[in-house]
Amino acid sequence: MSSVLRSVVQTRRLVICCGPGGTGKTTTSAALGVAGAKAGRRVVVLTIDPARRLADALGIDGLTNEPTEVVGVGSDGGSLWAMQLDARDTFDEIVRTWSTEPAQAERILTNPYYRTIAGSLSGTQEYMAGEKLLELHQAGFDLVVVDTPPGRHAVDFLDASRRLVAFFDHRLYRTVLAPRHGLLRAVNLAAQAFLRSAARVVGAELIADAVDFFAAFEGMEDDFRARSVRVQALLGDPATAFVVVTSPRPDTIDAAIGLIARLAAEGRATVDAVVVNRVSPRFGPATPAEDRRRSDEYAGTPLGALFRTRAELHERATADEAGIDALRSSLDQTPVLTVPALPDDVHDLRGLAEVASHMVA
Amino acid sequence: MNPATFLSTSRLVIVAGKGGAGKTTVSAAMAVAAGSEGLAALVVEVDDHGDLGRRFDRVGPLGAREVTLVPATARSAEIRGRAILADRALRTYLDGHGLGAVTRRLASGGALELVTSAVPGLGDLLVLGQIRQLVDQDPADIVIVDAPATGHAMTFLSSPAGLARTVSSGPVHDQAELVAAMLTDPKRCQVVLVALPEETPVNEAIEAAEALSELGVSLGMVVANGCTPTDAELADAIEAASVESGLAPPDIEGLLAAGTYAYGRQVDEADQRARLGAGVGAAVAQLPRLAVDDIGARETALLARTLLG
Repeated sequence: MSSVLRSVVQTRRLVICCGPGGTGKTTTSAALGVAGAKAGRRVVVLTIDPARRLADALGIDGLTNEPTEVVGVGSDGGSLWAMQLDARDTFDEIVRTWSTEPAQAERILTNPYYRTIAGSLSGTQEYMAGEKLLELHQAGFDLVVVDTPPGRHAVDFLDASRRLVAFFDHRLYRTVLAPRHGLLRAVNLAAQAFLRSAARVVGAELIADAVDFFAAFEGMEDDFRARSVRVQALLGDPATAFVVVTSPRPDTIDAAIGLIARLAAEGRATVDAVVVNRVSPRFGPATPAEDRRRSDEYAGTPLGALFRTRAELHERATADEAGIDALRSSLDQTPVLTVPALPDDVHDLRGLAEVASHMVA
Repeated sequence: MNPATFLSTSRLVIVAGKGGAGKTTVSAAMAVAAGSEGLAALVVEVDDHGDLGRRFDRVGPLGAREVTLVPATARSAEIRGRAILADRALRTYLDGHGLGAVTRRLASGGALELVTSAVPGLGDLLVLGQIRQLVDQDPADIVIVDAPATGHAMTFLSSPAGLARTVSSGPVHDQAELVAAMLTDPKRCQVVLVALPEETPVNEAIEAAEALSELGVSLGMVVANGCTPTDAELADAIEAASVESGLAPPDIEGLLAAGTYAYGRQVDEADQRARLGAGVGAAVAQLPRLAVDDIGARETALLARTLLG
């Protein structure tokens, strides 16, 4: 079954790892990157999470908005690179690249609204991730692995570029914020009323800055729209794989089932594999009941403590397996791969290689 | 500061941490602990499908209307709970500022969504504004907030200061200043950080503690959740069983492997707890890992007693 992920890292061009928070998504993404590099491919792992998790998992100091090579990972000509998305830097790059003249770029980059707010506009971070995907795709990487942001709404990532475009397409945006797109500003009474109301709430200065910003942006929305279409096409490409990452805890199992159902129902993506991280291991065939009985029998001796310990571990393993069974029975054919809890937390390349060996064995 | 003193000296406690760390459980346990100290508590969740109700054996998420979670008895003050939702907060705010008519007219065109997407952090600010109102007006002795899990809880806490700078005038500016003043006043507001005793969560908790200190928000307490204490008896047992082969059952290898694995995890976890304490520069309270995953009122009460020690 685990040949699924082997094939994914050997043949696909893009892998999107998504799933509930706190389940080891970053570790899985990094481990898939290691597996790809070992299979001779030039791989980059892109993390959208601003936390240091990916750098920690790779055991390196820090990551930037450009790929950094992780030395000593690849074989057969493969290599592993990693980067952490900086939405603000990416937005700045886009503004410089797409503006029709340097003055337009300058006007946008120095606008107070842009400087304080635009970097965190709803969906901007995910949109910029899509931008980076296209860029990395063209930069000669054989495989891009994306570690999506945590959170319940992992599907947001897929929708983000559409949402930003929807923002530009919004009737109010077109008539109010970019007035030249709409009716003549002077006669647009509804727009004026809206601006006055909004100014009463957030202050006239912010409104003036925002209107300036969106006016300066004029013409660039078309580029945004076109790129958004390309990102959507890339996400829907047969060479793109979706991997859902979860843990055996009942709440994350439920979240994973919900996510897979949403992805399928909305026709967005077929999940190629589900990875269940940190499954409690077993130490022989003994049942917890039997071990508890022997723990009583040997009470007060070293063996009593060992039987009790194994009983506790196996109770946890039983609960984990029940969760995994529930996950399997809710899925038709999607393979479910399990990675055992390792004796140590994974925070270096050796640990990642071990995780990878469980996933692509 | 011990947890009982901490609770009795805090008016607003914001429980923050990454998703999966057990913020909701800790919020509920703190409320029960406060109640048993004779403090009437209001516990608030900022999530439209949160589990806070479940921690008190209620079915379904809490709504905007407050409910009694634990009635007042001889052994506990009353504990009430409610939710505050970001999407409704803007409407409530506009209504409260005499902008109700504008709101209704605009809401139909999706303008409210446009405004909240064009002014990031506005939703968080309005939620915190409502919390500030509760802190000022609610009869409870302590208000406990289960902060949102998405992304960094720090975004939630930093939006007021950010908006106070960005929005230079008007009611949003005033609101942002008032909320920021509340958050940075240690007499009024304390944050509790919840983290699991593992490598990455501990790193994140240390980063969060630094971020709080930059924001000027007081970190009152850190809770290491899901702890398994180091079992010295187990270490002795592994050593003894390895030599006393006379006692050994046929499957001694599996037993020793289980013991070694469990003890190794315990030692690793103790290291992480020590690193957490050193890294955050605050007292670390420990809550045990429970055998059950579904935490109801009984487990919440147990954790509350553990918190109070």
